[in-house]
Amino acid sequence: MKVLAVCGMGLGSSLILKMNIEKAMEEEGIKGTVEVRDLSSIQGERADFIFASEEIAAKIEHNAEVYSVKNMTDKKEIKEKILEASQRGEN
Amino acid sequence: MALVNFIVFEILGEPALLVGMMALIGLAALKKPFSKIVSGTLKSVLGFVILGAGANVLVGSLNNLGPMIQQTFNIQGVIPTNEAIVALAQQTFGRETALIMGFGFIANLIYARLTPFKYVFLTGHHIFFMAALLSAVLGTAGMTGIPLIVVGALILGFVMVLFPAIGDPFMKKITGGDDIAIGHFGTTGYVAAGLVGKLVGDPEDSTEKMEFSDSLSFLKESVLSTMLTMIVIFFIISLAASEEVFREYAGDQSIFLFSLMQGITFAAGVSIILSGVRMIIGEIVPAFQGIAEKLVPDAKPALDCPVTFPYAPNAVIIGFLFSFLGGIIGMFFLGPIGLSLIIPGMVPHFFTGATAGVFGNATGGKKGAMLGGFVNGLLITFLPAMLLPVLGQLGFANTTFGDADFGVVGIVIGFIARLFA
Repeated sequence: MKVLAVCGMGLGSSLILKMNIEKAMEEEGIKGTVEVRDLSSIQGERADFIFASEEIAAKIEHNAEVYSVKNMTDKKEIKEKILEASQRGEN
Repeated sequence: MALVNFIVFEILGEPALLVGMMALIGLAALKKPFSKIVSGTLKSVLGFVILGAGANVLVGSLNNLGPMIQQTFNIQGVIPTNEAIVALAQQTFGRETALIMGFGFIANLIYARLTPFKYVFLTGHHIFFMAALLSAVLGTAGMTGIPLIVVGALILGFVMVLFPAIGDPFMKKITGGDDIAIGHFGTTGYVAAGLVGKLVGDPEDSTEKMEFSDSLSFLKESVLSTMLTMIVIFFIISLAASEEVFREYAGDQSIFLFSLMQGITFAAGVSIILSGVRMIIGEIVPAFQGIAEKLVPDAKPALDCPVTFPYAPNAVIIGFLFSFLGGIIGMFFLGPIGLSLIIPGMVPHFFTGATAGVFGNATGGKKGAMLGGFVNGLLITFLPAMLLPVLGQLGFANTTFGDADFGVVGIVIGFIARLFA
């Protein structure tokens, strides 16, 4: 599955988010790629899931399912959400 | 011998390849799969080349605005935009920047391992910007070659643990925990906001007890807010300029069309540069973090400023508005005291003003967020103006580094370097 990690600039917090998502996916044995984007450049991009902080997630309109993350350094929260996403991805 | 020559003169001579080599070393040290090493290395090389292309687009617009301001107001007009000044600096100091950044990572790890400052600075674009600043300041002061790189890397590594350490007491208050530090070179403004907040207000009187519309949230989209600001700035300057000056740059275009297209061109340049920076640091930062976790497992990650936003979303808006206000008021005092005109940019005021608001709110509630944001706005107006003389040739570029710590570090290092030169 393909995941986009999104923030305002696509440089700082989204990169932290991406690293934590990748770590969680590796630990759970979920296969896929995670890429960072800024808010302006996700339109027209194909993805299965989008992860972003709450205030960014509220602004995203996209075909892919959007997950909002309260705390992007909270590995537990991210792991729960990526597990949920991967289960949906299989159905 | 041929191989050594090839590495030293061909690869080290070309900044793009040098950046690629750093990604290569980082990824290889983490024992990533071969395909990942190849793609990561190539992406960061590509990112560096994209950066240069973006600079060319942006300069097309900047080279209209700067002279228009000069001819109209007889003062140098500067719009602080980190991406722009860093992309321009790469044309002269590309190799130095890349090497200072690479060795700066190592210096950060050494400090984190040996001193009580246990932080690993993970905001890659700011490390890159600071490396560019240090190359320019030390280079202007007359340093070259290996001393420049060693001194630059030692300073870079030091500020990568120093600023998170200064911000940490406030971060504990904001997050209510001890898991993350602030890793953003606007920390001077944030700490000033936190201190001002402590003086004027009460944390119980929090901004988060207010009701707020989020109509300003589009500002988070940095390319969009850059574009809107630049259109407005071009429009105002075009109106102020004489017909003759305006025609010299706009040709037959109307004021409206000229401002619109110049603003869009500027933002397009920033957008290209950002995508280049993204490709560079997207590979290097995870490698750095992976290595840091092995070598300094007890270090705290120092992260980009938007990580503070969820703790006080209202303070984000208040901080931005008051920072921008500080920037506008401060602007009118620059000319009379003989400094260049620093035109407030949306992006630095949004990101650092918002964070200053969060810091001010944590120590002084509403009043703290307002005054803290305002003080940050003054700082990121006066510091960039005072930074220009130590940047040498780059100081005439009509753009400069936006965030407070770049100003503080540049001015201090420039001053010290001149004592020895």
